[in-house]
Amino acid sequence: MMDPKTPCDSSSNFDSFMFNSLSRRSGISTQSRSSVRNNSIREVSFGHSVSKPVRYGSKGADSEALSTSQKEISDEDARLIYVDDPERTNEKFEFAGNSIRTAKYSIITFLPRNLFEQFHRVAYVYFLVIAVLNQLPQLAVFGRGVSILPLAFVLLVTAVKDAYEDWRRHNSDKIENNRLALVLVNGQFQEKKWKDVRVGEVIKISANETIPCDIVLLSTSDPTGVAYVQTINLDGESNLKSRYAKQETKSKLVEKERLNGLIKCEKPNRNIYGFHGNMEVDGKRLSLGSSNIVLRGCELKNTNWALGVSVYCGCETKAMLNSSGAPSKRSLLETRMNSEIIMLSFFLVALCTVSSVCAAVWLKRHKDELNLLPYYRKLDVSKGEEDSYEYYGWGLEILFTFLMAVIVYQVMIPISLYISMELVRVGQAYFMIGDSRMYDKATNSRFQCRALNINEDLGQIKYVFSDKTGTLTENKMEFQCASILGFDYSSAIESLENEQVEYSVQADGKIFKLKMMVKVNKELLQLSRSAFANKEGKQIYDFFLALAACNTIVPLLVDTSDPMVKLIDYQGESPDEQALTYAAAAYGFMLIERTSGHIVIDIHGERQRFDVLGLHEFDSDRKRMSVILGYNNNSVKIFVKGADTSILSVIDKSLNADILQATETHLHLYSSVGLRTLVVGMRDLNVSEFEQWHSAFEAASTALFGRAAMLRKVACNVENNLCILGATAIEDKLQQGVPESIESLRTAGIKVWVLTGDKQETAISIGYSSKLLTSNMTQIIINTNNRESCKRHLQDALVIAGNQMSVPGVSHNSEGSSDAVSTPLALVIDGTSLVYILDSELEEELFDLASRCSVVLCSRVAPLQKAGIVALVKNRTDDMTLAIGDGANDVSMIQMADVGVGISGQEGRQAVMASDFAMGQFRLLVPLLLIHGHWNYQRLGYMIIYNFYRNAIFVLVLFWYVLFTAFTLTTAINEWSSMLYSIIYTALPTIVVGILDKDLSKRTLLKNPQLYRAGLRNEAYNKKLFWLAMADTLWQSIAVFFAPLIAYWGTTVDVASIGDLWTLSVVILVNLHLAMDIIRWSWIIHAVIWGSIVATFICVVIIDAIPAFPGYWAIFHAAGTGVFWICLLGIVIAALLPRFVVKYIYQYYFPSDIQISREAEKYGNSRDNGGGQIEMLPVSDAPPR
Amino acid sequence: MSVESSSTSVAVTDAQSKNVRKPKYSRFSQQELDAWQPILTPSWAISIFTVIGLIFIPVGLASLFASESVVEVPFRYDDECLPPDYKNDALAYIQNDSINKTCTRKLTVKNNMQAPIYVYYQLGNFYQNHRRYVKSRNDKQLRNKASEGDVSSCSPEDYTSNEMGHKPIVPCGIIAWSLFNDTYKLSSNNKDLVINKKNIAWKSDQLAKFGSDVYPKNFQTGGLIGGARLNESIPLSEQEDLIVWMRTAALPTFRKLYGKIETDIEVNEEVTLVIENNYNTYEFGGKKSLVLSTTTWVGGRNHFLGMAYILIGGVSLLLAVGFLLLYVMQPRPLGDPSYLSWNKNPGSLR
Repeated sequence: MMDPKTPCDSSSNFDSFMFNSLSRRSGISTQSRSSVRNNSIREVSFGHSVSKPVRYGSKGADSEALSTSQKEISDEDARLIYVDDPERTNEKFEFAGNSIRTAKYSIITFLPRNLFEQFHRVAYVYFLVIAVLNQLPQLAVFGRGVSILPLAFVLLVTAVKDAYEDWRRHNSDKIENNRLALVLVNGQFQEKKWKDVRVGEVIKISANETIPCDIVLLSTSDPTGVAYVQTINLDGESNLKSRYAKQETKSKLVEKERLNGLIKCEKPNRNIYGFHGNMEVDGKRLSLGSSNIVLRGCELKNTNWALGVSVYCGCETKAMLNSSGAPSKRSLLETRMNSEIIMLSFFLVALCTVSSVCAAVWLKRHKDELNLLPYYRKLDVSKGEEDSYEYYGWGLEILFTFLMAVIVYQVMIPISLYISMELVRVGQAYFMIGDSRMYDKATNSRFQCRALNINEDLGQIKYVFSDKTGTLTENKMEFQCASILGFDYSSAIESLENEQVEYSVQADGKIFKLKMMVKVNKELLQLSRSAFANKEGKQIYDFFLALAACNTIVPLLVDTSDPMVKLIDYQGESPDEQALTYAAAAYGFMLIERTSGHIVIDIHGERQRFDVLGLHEFDSDRKRMSVILGYNNNSVKIFVKGADTSILSVIDKSLNADILQATETHLHLYSSVGLRTLVVGMRDLNVSEFEQWHSAFEAASTALFGRAAMLRKVACNVENNLCILGATAIEDKLQQGVPESIESLRTAGIKVWVLTGDKQETAISIGYSSKLLTSNMTQIIINTNNRESCKRHLQDALVIAGNQMSVPGVSHNSEGSSDAVSTPLALVIDGTSLVYILDSELEEELFDLASRCSVVLCSRVAPLQKAGIVALVKNRTDDMTLAIGDGANDVSMIQMADVGVGISGQEGRQAVMASDFAMGQFRLLVPLLLIHGHWNYQRLGYMIIYNFYRNAIFVLVLFWYVLFTAFTLTTAINEWSSMLYSIIYTALPTIVVGILDKDLSKRTLLKNPQLYRAGLRNEAYNKKLFWLAMADTLWQSIAVFFAPLIAYWGTTVDVASIGDLWTLSVVILVNLHLAMDIIRWSWIIHAVIWGSIVATFICVVIIDAIPAFPGYWAIFHAAGTGVFWICLLGIVIAALLPRFVVKYIYQYYFPSDIQISREAEKYGNSRDNGGGQIEMLPVSDAPPR
Repeated sequence: MSVESSSTSVAVTDAQSKNVRKPKYSRFSQQELDAWQPILTPSWAISIFTVIGLIFIPVGLASLFASESVVEVPFRYDDECLPPDYKNDALAYIQNDSINKTCTRKLTVKNNMQAPIYVYYQLGNFYQNHRRYVKSRNDKQLRNKASEGDVSSCSPEDYTSNEMGHKPIVPCGIIAWSLFNDTYKLSSNNKDLVINKKNIAWKSDQLAKFGSDVYPKNFQTGGLIGGARLNESIPLSEQEDLIVWMRTAALPTFRKLYGKIETDIEVNEEVTLVIENNYNTYEFGGKKSLVLSTTTWVGGRNHFLGMAYILIGGVSLLLAVGFLLLYVMQPRPLGDPSYLSWNKNPGSLR
């Protein structure tokens, strides 16, 4: 969460409305029929844009840790580690070893634990209770074996699945545990398996090796004790981070002399950005912070070796503590389904009550006859005295009847549906993963389905919350323009768009090449190569030198297939810096080497070495960084680069006023086209200035308390009176297809919100370039720094939103907000304002406002605020939310949203680990939602209703029969058939249809994103459909049951024969019912539908061929009569006729969008090409009003 | 109906890309299998209704005629055969063994009945499908001589009473115990109409369910006699009355085959029935009838199926005509994008 006490610009209390007239773009949708008034639209802006310092992510935590590391850790909260003395450290056996175990079971514990876990599910408990009830002799409706069968079946399937998954985890654990690490044992480094590493041991890690456990750095190959690590496995950031060994330990040679140290640090916790502790070495007490610890899973880069002492091992490492999977989510459909399940439970209870009440009445009326009633025979005389046989009194008999009814009608609650749904989701996931559209070539990443239980939610997404960096934009910055000495070198670049220079230098017989191509401006390239004699040339030289030197980039030399050619890869925390360094290199200023003491820059083939005398790292208060370089000729210069506002305030305005003005003009120009700008300045330092700075710097960097603040002060003192060199503009490149994707999503009725940590101007410029914002939108900008004005702004904005809504011609629908284009309002709000809004009573107003806006842009938001915004929407509506992001700062948002999507691109794993789905690029969201989401939703929605129907009709047929058996719960349908009904007879078709059937082709769905709204309107699953299905079920069950009843009344028919008829007619009926709704008949669907019917016949025949059953041979006798077949045909047609009529009327006279598109797909090809047709995809640039 | 074209080609064939992770292309994995894609167009709907009508009406008529041609002579005798003295005390009558239960009645057959004429007894309000009842048997015992002693689930008719030695009853259970024991003799013009009681049970039951080496034992020896006794020298597989009885009826009103008459009965022939009215249905108000019936391919005389078929067929034809008219009056072009919701009222896209 953002710190509310961060210093704020006092001039921001500026809350008048600014109405800027913007002319509407000229493009008018050709398809809109209503008149479009081409008037100008007001832009409303609140407050004024002031960038505020925001801390989020690792940077903030770093400085925080410095100040708090001095805190005393009380002994009981601490763990004590004796360096290089694992025996003493582990004396009390209190620390975990380094072997990890992600597997859940062992061979012995598998059965009990797996069963225990499986029975956590209510469905299985229901199964179990039913099965147990059936074991009681008084209630034994089914044979013992038969009643256990379904439960055993699902338990077995799940157990096999779990066992397979666990086996894979076992294997990966084994590989992980058996990796080798160099551990110091008795003064020598020996190879040890990871699982044997203990807390307190000293470990040596070589370059590119993975760290086996969390270690505190002791020394590294770098004399300054710095080690570079890549934390991609941990937080997903691919850049290198520097970690430091303590001054006091960095020179120790642990092989020679034993290091007697005691580390006292906090207990294991999940915070990967924080570490508190201290180390006592040689009687000195050193504080340890997060910059001294390297976590398991990181990789050592650019450092030959590093030594560290392990402090947390195995399951106590921060990586393992953080590896808990994504929280389990439940899909909306499933939640909605629950109310219908409750309804079905009521039906079940009602049926059981009717059965038992009828039985009670029957028993009462026949009370006197029961003794000798031939079919009851209560009297038992075999024991000598008169006794009543299996009769427990009226009350108990009724209770037993009720319980037996529960057993008989158990399938009313479609437990098998849960299992089928899971299978269907697995199948859907297979196809989503396998879809070649979902593959991203650029990152070579497939779609990943990490959560298997929310597939169908993808078809009902109403809000998309997107991160910006790395999601909408590639996290690749591209150097675009430069303004040097007031001259703009950008126009030329545009004309040479495609020209990329592969710059290379030769040295030591080797060729150094840049890893990335950079576009260059020919003119500027020429200038940079020219002699630096004149003043202009000197300025250009300094400008590029500043770009090459003033950064924290670490050049990495990468081998290529050609041994003579080395690639230079610039690694660093900031992608802007990377872009600038690459640019500098392309213009001939190639950074070759950086250590903590010096840098080597190849300037047009000539290697020059500069001493880095001081480096002031970027911080969010100063918003600039500077480097102090010592030249060979002992002159000292300071180079500064930073945000325009922060540099321009420290420029010496007396110098070059015209250049300054020109530069400012250019800056404005650059930022207006969405480029990120930086200003570069420099100054010569004379000896006294340098000395003064040097002593202050030394004092500050060795200070124990408040080091960060002191360093900041030192930097501020020296960074002034700068002479301006120029400005750079970097393009934050949009990912491929982003504007089109956003367009599609919005046409589909999805609201896209962008939540970014960037500043407001950047957010807005990205908004424009990604077509999120269009010029016809009314912008509402909320940008305040106190609660009161925030509240006022919100209320004013609501008034404006209200006015917009009531403009005649605009949708009068009060819910018009739900539409993407009818109310062109855009809300831009920043993180500071959100501080006052979130978690306060203003939330309601913000939601009110935001839900009326078609676009919401949030800038400068901290990770937790992102989650807060998602929660704002999620908690107030039933609408589904989707969060998409790529970095560690998106994790909270991804976990909060109903559906979390991680971008698995160059930025690593953290977001992916937390996500439900992961894919390569933002644009893949379109096929994911519009195609797969739509399909998944349509399929599962249909499947649920169908399964309700399928089980209810069966139960009803059983129920009707009970009415004709003196209410005694006899089932005419063979008990094996009842059990196989939901396993063999009807299970496969619905699963296969749920996986394979598709209502519309991919092409149609992509072409008409509006079709996605079917999911938003809950078209495939709603109460109305449920009740229709239930009414249909009632009719069908009546047709199935009563036709044979009347046809066979007073005939010689036996239970088994009529039971077989009912079995077959129900099975054929439900399969044909499904067949009627299938949209695409591929051979697989043909096979399962007809196969199921054939399989049912075969099963019925097999069951009737077992002489032990009373129904032996019944099917052969029954099937030999004409009545049987006439009944069967009549039942099926009569039962389906009403449904068929309704279906036809609906499809032809009240067609849904999906239906029309299906027809268009089949018959409308010629129309598509015909001229004058209505364009199916409206252009929303000029929305109809 | 056409087969879906699979022209949506994704750029998948760039073989030079070495991307191993790229999903392999197949029409299956891309969900682009050839598929028949039926759409319920008016022509389809109308022709389906017509076809249903055209099939169902003739079939219905045929079965109606067949059912009409069946001659059925039912004769309910439970109260008919009750002597007037016992009208109000049927139980005393039926439970008193000393009373002669023979009951002779004359019946005029209105239609010509052609052999074979089936003789049924029909019981009403008799729940042979009662759960207690259907379970009270042991199929193993019936089939196997070795399992004679297996009387599980037969209680309370499993063993003879203790005074009788507590021996297993074969066949056990209350189904067998309640075996129907009325007998019929038919004659016409003083000539016996021979009732053939052979082959009235299912061959399959005789072969596989009832053992040819299992003989009745200790049957109906207890204090409570439920019905017929069995000849202990005849194996169960030959006890066809028992086999028929033990194939329990599905519905509370049912018929069981008593035998077959192999001679024709002429129009207006007077048939004399001699009924031994032994079976106690008075206890629970059950009805007993003797039914003479011929049979056809739709079974006995039951007009329901024929009527239902004609009804369904008629409704279908009506629907076909109705939809045809509706289609002519109010056609909708298929797949016309102007019907799409977002094109119909572009003002509010919701």
